[in-house]
Amino acid sequence: MTTTHDELSAAPVERTSEGAQELTSADVVAAAEGLRERGAVLRLSEADAAAIEPDQVAADETMIINMGPSHPSTHGVLRLMLELQGEMVLRCKPIIGYLHTGMERTGEELTYLQGPTNVTRMDYAAPLFTELAFSLTVERLLDIEVPERAVWIRMLMTEMNRISSHLLFMATNGMDLGAVSMMLYGWREREETLRFLQEVTGLRMNHNYIRPGGVAADLPDGWRDGVLRLLDMLPPRLQEYDTLLTQQPIWRERLQGIGVITAEECLALGVTGPILRSTGYSWDLRRDMPYLAFDQVDFDVVVGSYGDCFDRYAIRLAEMHESMKIIRQCLENMPKGDYRIQDKKVTPPPRARIDESMEALIHHFKIFTEGFKVPEGEAYVAVESPRGELGCYIVSDGTSTPYRMHVRAPSFVNLQSLPHLMHGGLVADGVAIISSVDPILGEVDR
Amino acid sequence: MTLLLAAFDPPYWVSTLIKVLVISIVVPTTALILGMVFLFKVMSWMQSRLGPQEAGPRGTLQLLADGVKFLQKEDIAPFGADRFIFRTAPLVVLMSTLLLYVALPASAHLVVSDLDVGVFYVLAVSSLSVLGVLMAGWASANKYSLMGGLRAAGQLIAYELPMVLAVLGVVIQAGTLSLNGIVFAQANGSIFGWDAIGNPYILTQFVGFFIFLAAVQAELTQPPFDMPVAESEIVSGYQVEYTGFRFLIFFLAEFATAFVFAGIASVLFLGGWAVPWLDTASDWYYVLGPVVLFAKVMIVSFIIFWVRFTYPRFREDQLQSFAWKILIPLALANIVVTSVLKVVL
Repeated sequence: MTTTHDELSAAPVERTSEGAQELTSADVVAAAEGLRERGAVLRLSEADAAAIEPDQVAADETMIINMGPSHPSTHGVLRLMLELQGEMVLRCKPIIGYLHTGMERTGEELTYLQGPTNVTRMDYAAPLFTELAFSLTVERLLDIEVPERAVWIRMLMTEMNRISSHLLFMATNGMDLGAVSMMLYGWREREETLRFLQEVTGLRMNHNYIRPGGVAADLPDGWRDGVLRLLDMLPPRLQEYDTLLTQQPIWRERLQGIGVITAEECLALGVTGPILRSTGYSWDLRRDMPYLAFDQVDFDVVVGSYGDCFDRYAIRLAEMHESMKIIRQCLENMPKGDYRIQDKKVTPPPRARIDESMEALIHHFKIFTEGFKVPEGEAYVAVESPRGELGCYIVSDGTSTPYRMHVRAPSFVNLQSLPHLMHGGLVADGVAIISSVDPILGEVDR
Repeated sequence: MTLLLAAFDPPYWVSTLIKVLVISIVVPTTALILGMVFLFKVMSWMQSRLGPQEAGPRGTLQLLADGVKFLQKEDIAPFGADRFIFRTAPLVVLMSTLLLYVALPASAHLVVSDLDVGVFYVLAVSSLSVLGVLMAGWASANKYSLMGGLRAAGQLIAYELPMVLAVLGVVIQAGTLSLNGIVFAQANGSIFGWDAIGNPYILTQFVGFFIFLAAVQAELTQPPFDMPVAESEIVSGYQVEYTGFRFLIFFLAEFATAFVFAGIASVLFLGGWAVPWLDTASDWYYVLGPVVLFAKVMIVSFIIFWVRFTYPRFREDQLQSFAWKILIPLALANIVVTSVLKVVL
């Protein structure tokens, strides 16, 4: 008895969704799939996509290799199916979902006050940004203005978080390209910034610090010294990175001209953040659609000109300097006042009031069990996270939990560019490209 | 005591036994020393860490503890692997290392086998290791292993040539292929008539020294030439399927080879076991020779590992063009200049 193809495809393993994600070799790939793989990437019409010549390689000269989900340089649990000719990448298919924990759905069960605890776990390298996007959206639905001091605290903290996130990029980028010492240097400096975040929020990550209505706690005593120490420490250390990597021939050889993307392609794919800016397209939500008080601070939007991995590296290095500039202005302009809104609907009463007033006690109890109600409506607010446009979309049905919450995660959208960036490069380039896209898988899978 | 050593003339089988014992003790010991000093401590200090602290005084026994841990691990061969070849491969790599130690002179007489064509022998057996690497890469039945093995083979072909050409300059200058002969030539030589420190070839053959070190770096698959074992690209290449003591053998071989190559570099370029102010015929070299050689080896190893911890990794094609377009022409030019000077002077 012979086994036919139909019997094979009826086997249980083929029916799992994972089986359907396998990459098939180029000679058996159907026209529709080819269109999806190549055409959809660049938003081509069917006719244009058909005109793209497939790579003229015999099927027995290629090798399909599985990279991830547990591979040292796929930044967590990204999985790539690569079709290689020798070491050259012909096709690449990113497969996601290995870190899917249903956070968006969970968010619909949690009250608006509990929301930040949930969303902060999405982008674990820059948790304050998801908290910020969520809080800004809820505040827009509630139609409230947070106090001036809370706004500036939020700016200070998110810019500090941007630095720590970019330092993590420096570390992993160094590691992926074999500069092992760079990894340790990046982590060393990141540790210092995390220490400051810990002083303020109590935690190194998953802070739950920025909440609807303001922030969780005022800045602690001596926070200025902590910030100033960091601002003194970082510039010479960044200078060291420059010496170690930027001017280094091997480093430049490995990154320049690798993973080139144009501004049009970025826009077609919805790619934002340092990848978009590396093409020379100057787009930064902090300047172009200002939120918080970014219209009152002075900073530059750093753009590249070649759209390659080196530009993305250099942009992130320069953005840390810009963030430090903003932090310095936050130090000077930090207003006095309340760190959260004094709106009884949103903010629990102060501890002292609970001892005195029965109403305050009931109110406190209600806010933490039932949560506060948010008027019906929908809102979308986007912030510039270290990875690009991070947006939060919430539909409220008038209860104390969102009817629908969606997070537009920059890592998820940026990952779309991988098949295009990796085409025609070597495996070693592929590693540099994944690194320069800098995806955080918690944010991709949500 | 030195006289005692000089007068010691055992029968053949005793001396052979002693040599085997010495080599089998020296090889793991040198690997341990290099691993401990450079991989753990120097690397940690360069990266502003402390390194191991707990095992032994200031963590000095950490590598021993790791070795014992590896010995306890299960010896796994992957399903679908060519078991015999898979299991032999680490031994082939180790064999190449052991053979290298045979020719390394620690003094005029402290050498396992003082070959007349020592340089030729060393260059020949050093390339045996790539056979083991290819075997490991192929027999693992793993695509990453295979890519690692092939990368190693490509790298070896690219780097054998500059290494040989770099050494040729030394051989021309010394006029001998014997490693001890090269040490004598350096100790008794002169640089354009100035003979206060003899003629360590690093001064006259500095181009050759640079090329030799670059080639050694590639031969040892250390960064910036570690593509065959690049962890972030092909997950440690040919070593990916190895566990327990077979992995330990790869590790031992890597560091012992680093040591012996640093030793050969010291012999070829730094005057080997000799010091300038002591006559090479002195009996003191029975004790002093190994110490001097060890000191020089540590200096050269420091350079090797310093580069290893500093530079990012080349790409496979960049390595090839670096070897063929820069190192080989440079080495050829060096040979021409050396030969002309040799004839003229």
